[in-house]
Amino acid sequence: MTPATLVTRHTQALLGALGRLVRAPLATVLTLLVIGLALALPAALGMLVRNAQSATGGFGRAIDMSIYLRSSVPLARARQLAVEARAVHGVASVQVISAAEGLRQLRKYSGFGAALDALPSNPLPNVLRVVPEPRSSAAAALEQLQRTFARWPEVRMVQLDAQWVMRFDAMLAVLHRLVSIAAILFGAGVLAVIGNTIRLEILNRRAEIEVTKLVGGSNAFVRRPFLYTGMIYGLGGALLAWLVLEGAVLDLRAPVAHLAQLYGSAFTLNGLEGRELAALFGGGMALGWLGAWISAHRHLRGIEPRA
Amino acid sequence: MIQFERVSKRYPNGREALTNVDFFVGRGELVFITGRSGAGKSTLLKLIALLERPSRGTVSVNGHSIGGLHARHIPAFRRQIGMVFQDHKLLADRPVFDNVALPLVVAGAPLKEIDKRVRAALDQVGLLGKERMLPVELSVGEQQRVGIARAIVGKPPIIVADEPTGNLDPDLALEVMRLFKRFSEVGVTVLVATHDLHVVREFVSREITLSGGQLTAGGADPLPSLVASR
Repeated sequence: MTPATLVTRHTQALLGALGRLVRAPLATVLTLLVIGLALALPAALGMLVRNAQSATGGFGRAIDMSIYLRSSVPLARARQLAVEARAVHGVASVQVISAAEGLRQLRKYSGFGAALDALPSNPLPNVLRVVPEPRSSAAAALEQLQRTFARWPEVRMVQLDAQWVMRFDAMLAVLHRLVSIAAILFGAGVLAVIGNTIRLEILNRRAEIEVTKLVGGSNAFVRRPFLYTGMIYGLGGALLAWLVLEGAVLDLRAPVAHLAQLYGSAFTLNGLEGRELAALFGGGMALGWLGAWISAHRHLRGIEPRA
Repeated sequence: MIQFERVSKRYPNGREALTNVDFFVGRGELVFITGRSGAGKSTLLKLIALLERPSRGTVSVNGHSIGGLHARHIPAFRRQIGMVFQDHKLLADRPVFDNVALPLVVAGAPLKEIDKRVRAALDQVGLLGKERMLPVELSVGEQQRVGIARAIVGKPPIIVADEPTGNLDPDLALEVMRLFKRFSEVGVTVLVATHDLHVVREFVSREITLSGGQLTAGGADPLPSLVASR
């Protein structure tokens, strides 16, 4: 068989498979819907995790670190330390909150004004408020920064308001794992759906398969259109999943941007990107092909012509 | 061309369809296989096309024993045999052209050649011009001839036909048999299983008779070498 003939055969198998799917539109659409939704779920989860990850970078602006200096450190020294802290890698800005300023704020916000007045002297130390750079606001980087400042002799304590960032990171790790599990489970589901659809198709066309084998059609020849059918299902399902996700992103973009803004972030929700799209479409097609192949391998062998 | 040596076929249900059958059919022979239904005619043809395997004995086609043929090579082997069935075995949802083209399509012939040869085959059976019709739109005789066109389109060296005239009136039956006679005259080996003795007697041709799975007449060809070299 020449390469040109082979191309013709494949084109015919592809067109034949497409034709069959188009001639049974309802069944095709229902199957595509099942496959599309099964593919959309893990893809959506993956997209969510990726967006959440990039969002924590944006949330960085809401994170800060309070460095409590020892009571013995005077304000002038505190200002020097602030300059040194600003030079530390990963620090965006440093603000000195003097003991007097601290007391004023405490009086204003805490409602203990009278009690504070009763104190003989200001018990508060000078404090440096450090805002890390956004790219250093991952949990590990923050902890690193915290350790750096804690080593300074003038520092009594570094308080990091970032417990939630770490918890969030841990949550993302769990979600990451969940994405893998969902991908495997729903991938298996897609495999089963396509395999079963192909099985029914093979049973429906039993007579045709028998005749084809009678006139000398090889297993590969008989199998080919079914493999194309499977791949079309996979690709169509991936396309549907993509459309569903794009729709969801479009719908969520404004409220998510608003939420991010409230956290002082310019974060916006992003749909599937290059590699994710390639994975979705490649994965869909591969699952379709594999499901069809398994089914065809199992069921075509049983169909031998009995004249 | 086709040789049976002490061939027996016992089906899994225990029925022995053929017992110790010996015969030789040379190139370009037209041979009728007669006998009542259940005599083993269909089984004999199935063994030639590898639709069944013999329980004992050897079937040789074109000088080669086909007993050891691997499943992988069966499709290519079947392309050398044009098969005609009593129930036609046409694809009901495909037009005549597609039905006849099927053996060429599975063999991977170029489209141009398919077009040419399908028309030539349809011309031979007198159905040119009906390419786009569906089998159900044709008469039974025409459907049978579509089946014959499909059997000859790949120019196989062997044609086996199982009761090809079973559903036809005598005139049509004769016409179909004359078609087979013509093929044998151009060198195709033709085996026709039939219980239609009236039609068979119209032809001066060899007749192999089966009865209860045993060959009762026509097995020993007096001059196989002469026939083979014809």
